[in-house]
Amino acid sequence: MSLLKVEGLGKSYTADKQILKNINFDIKQGEFISIIGPSGAGKSTMLRCINRMVDFQEGKITFNHQDVGSLNKKELRNLRTNIGMVFQHYNLVPRLTVLENVLHGRFGYKTTLQGILGRYTEAEKEHAFYLLEKMGIHEHAYKRCNQLSGGQQQRVGICRALIQEPQLILCDEPIASLDPNSSKIIMDHLKSISTEMGITCLVNLHQVDVAQQYSDRIIGLNNGEVVFNGKGHELSEEKIHKIYGTQTKQLIIA
Amino acid sequence: MNEKAMRKHRWQSGIFLLIILVLTYLSSAITKFNFVEGMATIPEAIGWIFSNLMVTQESLDKLPKILEKLAETIFMSIAATTTAAIVSLFLGVFGSKTTKVNNFLSIFARFVASVSRNIPVVAWSLILLISFGQNSVTGFLALFAGTVGFLTRAFIESIDEASQSSVEALTATGATYFQVVSKAVIPQCLPQMVSWVLFMVETNIRNATLVGILTGTGIGYTFDMYYKLLNYNAVALVTLCIVITVIIVDLISNHVRKVIL
Ligand SMILES: Nc1ncnc2c1ncn2[C@@H]1O[C@H](COP(=O)(O)OP(=O)(O)OP(=O)(O)O)[C@@H](O)[C@H]1O
Ligand SMILES: [Mg+2]
Repeated sequence: MSLLKVEGLGKSYTADKQILKNINFDIKQGEFISIIGPSGAGKSTMLRCINRMVDFQEGKITFNHQDVGSLNKKELRNLRTNIGMVFQHYNLVPRLTVLENVLHGRFGYKTTLQGILGRYTEAEKEHAFYLLEKMGIHEHAYKRCNQLSGGQQQRVGICRALIQEPQLILCDEPIASLDPNSSKIIMDHLKSISTEMGITCLVNLHQVDVAQQYSDRIIGLNNGEVVFNGKGHELSEEKIHKIYGTQTKQLIIA
Repeated sequence: MNEKAMRKHRWQSGIFLLIILVLTYLSSAITKFNFVEGMATIPEAIGWIFSNLMVTQESLDKLPKILEKLAETIFMSIAATTTAAIVSLFLGVFGSKTTKVNNFLSIFARFVASVSRNIPVVAWSLILLISFGQNSVTGFLALFAGTVGFLTRAFIESIDEASQSSVEALTATGATYFQVVSKAVIPQCLPQMVSWVLFMVETNIRNATLVGILTGTGIGYTFDMYYKLLNYNAVALVTLCIVITVIIVDLISNHVRKVIL
């Protein structure tokens, strides 16, 4: 049974340039999928169509039997509660504590007033600590986020997504600002989220080798079109060229 | 910078200096302002200031009255600034690109800000004087009107700069608009906003004197009154009180800034 189905997705910000063209794919519960492609291929845009942070014009996205494109405001909020998001620049509130930032992930379940007053239940706080401990950063719980390293901040970002108890986590280049060591820690955590917790992960990546190492499946995007959709070992040299176009060739020559 | 660019740069500075000199000469010629004569009156003016603007025992008797008016002025400035801050908070949130509700409100907020900011506080006083007459409401409104524009503008910039990324993240969790504003935008921008409000309190205490002269309220009125009565000793005392107040407020707000930032 598929959790997420994308059919004929098309998107353009301006009339003169089509960013996404007729995108089709299917994702099952618990899969770990990487999306690779050159800069400007439309990876971020595609990810944001799934939780409607970006509105799309053509095609249909079905998440958990819901037609994403036709949701009203309340239903959209409900959808977003079910989809966590992790960002390249972590997107935390730097002046607030780690714990507060994690608890922000619960807003989707609360009334506006509960959120504004910061009313969290004991169970939610315990859950937050459980997640922080799992990520190995519980000793920083009361520190301000801007005192943490990039890798630690990204783990806070992952905790914020997990506390939503989502079925899907969208990650937009989660390791692009991190060193190899922190990158490995983050990727290992994401992988275990999909295998142990059964949460589907959809990850935009820039490194082909990382994508091959971690993914159940890789989707290659070039110029707004899916040019590859298959397992990591099926990704031949020739197919990589097809995804990255002339860019890699030029890189190799240079 | 290579040599050619450097030479060009020097050449430009030369032209610039020349233009300024010509403009200075022309404007003094047009206004019949004689620089040498103007300079010559300075020693005499200083002499007059020292002989007349002295705080005497007699003027000190007026101190309680002056302090009362001063307090009135300070409270009016603070009240005008804080009310303006509350209004500006809403306008700032609606006006910012990251937190705008819709385009109409955003343009409206920016429009209000620019109208209010581009009319000097003196002009506001005179405009409001016509409709409200000489009373403290006029003074309050004049300061309020000038402050709303400045603070809205400052708040919009703080919000734009500080909170784009966390707004995106919280929206993606399914948070409502007001949850996002209260938990991502405000905590992130609060220190800067408080800092701007403190700056405006200082500015408004200074402006209040001028506004008071025009609208006949507070310390400005007292200043004007003694000035017209030719009681220069009292004028000196009033001025001294204002200067001390401004310095104290400045010290307090610097301290608060240090604590919150
Ligand atoms: N808000 C926007 N308005 C207009 N054009 C946009 C907007 N966001 C993205 N684009 C354009 O859409 C195209 C795809 O952008 P997108 O960010 O999805 O690419 P990407 O694959 O994520 O690239 P990168 O690897 O650099 O992050 C780019 O040409 C970009 O200029
Ligand atoms: Mg991107």
